[in-house]
Amino acid sequence: MSGIPHDHYEPKTGFEKWLHQRLPVVGLAYDTLMIPTPKNLNWWWIWGIVLAFCLVLQIVTGIILVMHYTPNVDLAFASVEHIMRNVNGGYMLRYLHANGASLFFVAVYIHMFRGLFYGSYKAPREVTWIIGMLIYLMMMGTAFMGYVLPWGQMSFWGATVITGLFGAIPFIGEPIQTWLLGGPAVGNPTLNRFFSLHYLLPFVIAALVALHIWAFHTTGNSNPTGVEVRRGSKEEAEKDTLPFWPYFVIKDLFALSLILLIFFAIVGFMPNYLGHPDNYIEADPLMTPAFIVPEWYFLPFYAILRAFTADVWAVQFVSFITGGIVDAKFFGVLAMFGAIAVMAVAPWLDTSSVRSGQYRPMFRWWYRLLVIDFLVLMWVGARDTNFPHDWISLIGATYWFAYFLIILPLLGLIEKPETPPATIEEDFNAHYPGAAE
Amino acid sequence: MTETSAPPEVSPARRDFIYYATAGTGAVAAGAATWPLINSMNPSADVAALASIEVDLEGIQVGTRVTVKWQGKPVFIDRRTEAQIALARADDTATDLIDPALDAERAERPEWLVVIGICTHLGCVPLGQDSGDPLGEWEGWYCPCHGSHYDTAGRIRKGPAPRNLDLPPYTFVTDTRLRIG
Repeated sequence: MSGIPHDHYEPKTGFEKWLHQRLPVVGLAYDTLMIPTPKNLNWWWIWGIVLAFCLVLQIVTGIILVMHYTPNVDLAFASVEHIMRNVNGGYMLRYLHANGASLFFVAVYIHMFRGLFYGSYKAPREVTWIIGMLIYLMMMGTAFMGYVLPWGQMSFWGATVITGLFGAIPFIGEPIQTWLLGGPAVGNPTLNRFFSLHYLLPFVIAALVALHIWAFHTTGNSNPTGVEVRRGSKEEAEKDTLPFWPYFVIKDLFALSLILLIFFAIVGFMPNYLGHPDNYIEADPLMTPAFIVPEWYFLPFYAILRAFTADVWAVQFVSFITGGIVDAKFFGVLAMFGAIAVMAVAPWLDTSSVRSGQYRPMFRWWYRLLVIDFLVLMWVGARDTNFPHDWISLIGATYWFAYFLIILPLLGLIEKPETPPATIEEDFNAHYPGAAE
Repeated sequence: MTETSAPPEVSPARRDFIYYATAGTGAVAAGAATWPLINSMNPSADVAALASIEVDLEGIQVGTRVTVKWQGKPVFIDRRTEAQIALARADDTATDLIDPALDAERAERPEWLVVIGICTHLGCVPLGQDSGDPLGEWEGWYCPCHGSHYDTAGRIRKGPAPRNLDLPPYTFVTDTRLRIG
């Protein structure tokens, strides 16, 4: 599948021609910015720009914060307080960085669930989807390690619990955990390497974002109807598309400005709303906070981790057939990573011939249930594990796996989809009768 | 100009050998270069040197507990009273032990109980070291995270924890000096 036919960059001045023959970088930028984009994209398609903004925001504020931060167990907590109290505008930089992580995850979750509803992950966009999942994994690693850096109580104990997950791996778990930590427990070596990787990973993410964009610029954007842009000729393609600049850039920036209005209200007036008070107590290896809770964006998967306790029959069954190698703790770890893995293979689990959920009457309900399931898991992940929370997380975790492993494959076989419009132009004209000409 | 002979025959086997030799050498070199990088992340010499500590037991009164840090983890040292020892021994035969163990196996010298102060459930530090802390229903330690109760021998009696509090390796250097590790 070659790209959608469109006008390419033509160097005009002598200098442009000179440069273009040597390094066609202006042409690359031009073609990227002028990419034909389906003109029926709705508001769910703005989150990519928000995500790009977040990445830049985090890298820029992060680089400045590093100029004032000291990655050492004796100095880290004090250096963060130094940023908060002494550095000019330091509190603002830190609050932007901390809440920027939350905005990043809000955006990535909406972006992912948009893809899950409109079938953006389906052929030929599987590679875009897989790269996106890799970016999401990198984001989680970066966010987790970043949260350890202030060296508060939640930093320390969160790091202890999460690196403890690797200790649950049979046989090789403990050496791996010791290797990850650089010692028998979370300590200075751990803080130093987390700092190093926290600085590195955003640039890996930036490279993956470039591949993500390259991949969907090769296949073309998906769109709410899931109907492909006509590629027979440039004239035909132009009936279905508009160039990204200025049409979609302006639309996306407008949406971004509204989102930033809310974001800055939170940063300015309730910057600690999403944080935990315990993290303003310096890390103490000899005292545990009463209740260890991860950041909100990890809660759905944390709930899945905790859902599979030793009294669940599936855990007992797996423990029995593996001769006890897979115990409840390791089962939970497998479930947590599995919950992300099943999402990554969604392109091959979804058997439906129709791409967009708009035309799939049964899928729509199961999908809505998945969104509710995700929110319920997020809620229950911050609760204790007593009844009824244990049952809620178990049912929620089960539905998560059932959606991807059973419902998606079966729906394609039993569901009778509605007929999508023949072309994007037809869909667009139906929505905006006045804009036809 | 007459046709010269065909280009010299390149033996496929010879070319394959060069490919395999290059790829093999490259793989070995990459592995040899990667291993030191990975190994450098293992505990460094100074961290490994802290693998054992010595504790002076002189100032610890009967019936008090102290916490020391060993390998970044809290170790509870409990100088038990006769009553606490009796309580622990009496429960040796209790049928409700989750992780059955004899008190004599857990405390080399009955007066001194030395355990790693990390709840075997999810790694919290149980309460009971400071006066006024809740001790749980068995007068030992109580983990506030998810409600595990430990007895005066550090055995799990109630709650989600699967094992008794772990025992660190330790030896008495003298009657008043304890080496942990």
